[in-house]
Amino acid sequence: MTEIPLAYGLILGGILFALGLAGLLMRRNLLFILISIEIMLNGAGVAFVAAGSRWGQPDGQIMFLFILAAAAAEVSVGLALLLRFYRQHHTLDANRASEMRS
Amino acid sequence: MTMFLQSAFYVAAVIAIISTAMAITRTVAVHALLYLIVSLLAIGVVFYAMGAPLLAALEVIIYAGAIVVLFLFVVMMLNLGGEARQSERQWLSGKSWAGPIILSAILLAEVIYLIVRAQPAGGIGAMVGPREVGLALYGPYLIGVELASMLLLGAVVGASHLGRSAPGRTGAGT
Repeated sequence: MTEIPLAYGLILGGILFALGLAGLLMRRNLLFILISIEIMLNGAGVAFVAAGSRWGQPDGQIMFLFILAAAAAEVSVGLALLLRFYRQHHTLDANRASEMRS
Repeated sequence: MTMFLQSAFYVAAVIAIISTAMAITRTVAVHALLYLIVSLLAIGVVFYAMGAPLLAALEVIIYAGAIVVLFLFVVMMLNLGGEARQSERQWLSGKSWAGPIILSAILLAEVIYLIVRAQPAGGIGAMVGPREVGLALYGPYLIGVELASMLLLGAVVGASHLGRSAPGRTGAGT
């Protein structure tokens, strides 16, 4: 019985993570930064599921469930911050967020 | 069936990589979100091919169904027009993207080299159904479930607090 090699699953997770990292670094729009963070979390999840599936154990899938919960929490708080930022500055430019005073 | 799942893995992995690359380079937020949905659905297929049908369903329901819809709501609330597209194109032009891409590519090459050199034995594709996942989730990982519930509660409180308009600030909207 031929199976998918474990290395391919890990490499797919690494590629997705690197794409998310590149997007995170090169975008200046806060919305795209949040999207890139989602992509990075997904890449980490793919690596977890691949490694868990290699041993036939549910632990990798459970780690992905926790990643899912963390991503949902992060997105809700991040989008609330983004809306607040847009209300104050009327832009989504991350460079405008360099000052702490409201 | 195994052959089908194998080819499904490769096809879905290529689709996921291409659509993710498209998603991070779009200038319009809605286009990026649509490509992100394609990427998440492809990752769902990857999960199914890896033998995780529960996660394939959750990826579609929670990621593509709930989180991306949250993004779409925010994009609709912001109501960004053509000038946002212009400024986005201006930010993306020039050499500002070259540095991050080169650095990420170097890191990715290192990771791939390490993975290939280690030659991890064994293959993936062993089916682990929802029953095993549920039993482990509410058995040894019960404390993790409790902590995740507290994290989500904190996120709800934080989001509702941040989403409220500040009292006494002029022009704060509703």
